[in-house]
Amino acid sequence: MIELEKVSKVYRMGTVPVVALDGVSVEIAAGEFVSVLGPSGSGKSTLMHLIGCLDTPSGGTYRLDGRRVEGLKRNDLAEIRNRKIGFVFQNFNLLGYATALENVELPMVYKKMRGRERKSKALELLGLVGLGDRAVHRPSELSGGQRQRVALARALANDPEIILADEPTGNLDSQSGREIVQLFRKLHQAGKTVIVVTHDKTIAAETRRVLNLFDGKLVSDSPNH
Amino acid sequence: MHLIIQFFRELSKEKMRMFLTVSAIAWGAANVVLLLSVGEGLGRQMRRGFHGMGENIMIAFPGQTTKPYAGFGAGRSIRVREDDLPLLERRVPEIAQYSAEWIRDVDLKVGEKIQREDALGVYPVYGELRNILPESGGRFIDKLDMDRRRRVIVLGNELRDDLFGAGAEAVGRTIMVNNIPFTVVGVMQKKMQTSCYSGHDKDDSFIPSTTFQTMFSPEYVRNVVFRPRSVAEAPAAKEGFYRVMASRYRFHPEDKETFWVWDTIEMGAIAGKVFIGIELFLGVIGALTLLVGGIGVANIMYVIVKERTREIGIKIAVGARPSVIIVQFVLESLLTVAIGGALGIGLALSLVKGINLIPISHEAMEFLTRPVFSSLLALVCISLLGVIGLLSGVFPARRASTVDPVEALRYE
Repeated sequence: MIELEKVSKVYRMGTVPVVALDGVSVEIAAGEFVSVLGPSGSGKSTLMHLIGCLDTPSGGTYRLDGRRVEGLKRNDLAEIRNRKIGFVFQNFNLLGYATALENVELPMVYKKMRGRERKSKALELLGLVGLGDRAVHRPSELSGGQRQRVALARALANDPEIILADEPTGNLDSQSGREIVQLFRKLHQAGKTVIVVTHDKTIAAETRRVLNLFDGKLVSDSPNH
Repeated sequence: MHLIIQFFRELSKEKMRMFLTVSAIAWGAANVVLLLSVGEGLGRQMRRGFHGMGENIMIAFPGQTTKPYAGFGAGRSIRVREDDLPLLERRVPEIAQYSAEWIRDVDLKVGEKIQREDALGVYPVYGELRNILPESGGRFIDKLDMDRRRRVIVLGNELRDDLFGAGAEAVGRTIMVNNIPFTVVGVMQKKMQTSCYSGHDKDDSFIPSTTFQTMFSPEYVRNVVFRPRSVAEAPAAKEGFYRVMASRYRFHPEDKETFWVWDTIEMGAIAGKVFIGIELFLGVIGALTLLVGGIGVANIMYVIVKERTREIGIKIAVGARPSVIIVQFVLESLLTVAIGGALGIGLALSLVKGINLIPISHEAMEFLTRPVFSSLLALVCISLLGVIGLLSGVFPARRASTVDPVEALRYE
């Protein structure tokens, strides 16, 4: 359960304060499939970073499963990111020097899972995203779509409740993009909370709920069928 | 394991920079090891040379009184008769051994070769007191020589070389001392001697004091050499010496000018402090060099942190705790320092070995060319390297752990 109450985020560009989010209040229940739409600069990435505990709000409160996030220590935030949240980024953010398998293992390393267990789980996840035969390939040896699927497998490593995706199809051709969206839908059907930040209306159309952001404000929140 | 693999990947990516950094550390470590080893060797050689004259001994030379006492005015010369010396043994339990000593210039003649050198009249125990050990096949003066006033002589090794030829067998041969035939019974082993009071032992000759008296009839003893029972009892032995002499020759027991006592124990303690000072000084110089290498490591670690900002961001995003990031970078700098340190220590050790193989042609070089590496020095170097590795890793690592993931993930 994600509860945002009048959350704002102000950055400082030199001496000029920039309001990225301005009093956004929204609740997202467990298992929802939500897209966040808006033009660039509307604050959708900031929203995702806040929800993902990569950043903390400047004002308002954020409760994750009833727990206030603002006062948490860095180690607690790390643990939340590690166990509860899986990220998928536009530019994949894989470790270039590591194989697909090692990339998927990474969150499990930080969870202090045993090597053998880690490896079999990582292989299972790569199988799930259709890359069982690419485990020992480096990101540079994979196509964009394959990279994003590795990233998705990594996001699923510690079986998180929430998948956060920031423009996941932005760097992909339409075919690969569709495959990724299909995977999101599968995850939603499996009971995960999936939140996709995008400016692509065709992706938003696949989700069950659409949040529209503009200039840091939530301008609409509509169900989608 | 993951971290070590990553380190070597980093190593191959940053070959030149890593090579230079590792070299700097190696150079620093080699400096520490070399300087400390040379210092240690220097100290040991100095101690050895110092002990060449004898270990834990005191040499007392009679002087003059400076205080009036018991009806005698100041400025009276003290003269010691040999007959009075047994008092030392009887009344001062802290004195373990003693020998009287006389000295005369004599003509030493072997065949047609004549040389004027010092002959010393001494007791058998003198050899032990003054570290005059015979070469194999020879001996020092013994009790029978004393009792029978034998005309036997022990030669310093260089005196033997001069008279008989370098390294020639001299034991059993006859030598004329002021035209009286003496038999050589021993030649002193070559030794290192840096302090002396009547010439170096290598140029002197030694004969039984009884024989000396028959030849020269000296009235007074030139000086007395004695050794306390233990180092701890040295001050008591010295006090006892003054006490006995004061009562025998009637001078004020606190009048220290009556005898000048060369206390090698006290001198040794002072010299020991000087050696430690020298070693510390050399060690600090080495450590400073190593520190420069450490700054190099810190520098490259900062660069690596900067270059890997995005990677750090990724790791933070998937749940790495700050401590994990810190450990990663500290380990990397420790590993860099360990590799450099191992190379440097290895280099220095082979240099130490090599230097020790150089044959000594000059006496002064004996002090610098005998470096010693000990396990204590190894411990010092390794802990120094450890501290520098940690310090040069901690600061860049802290920087890494505070990377803002949002910024980092955007970083290209």
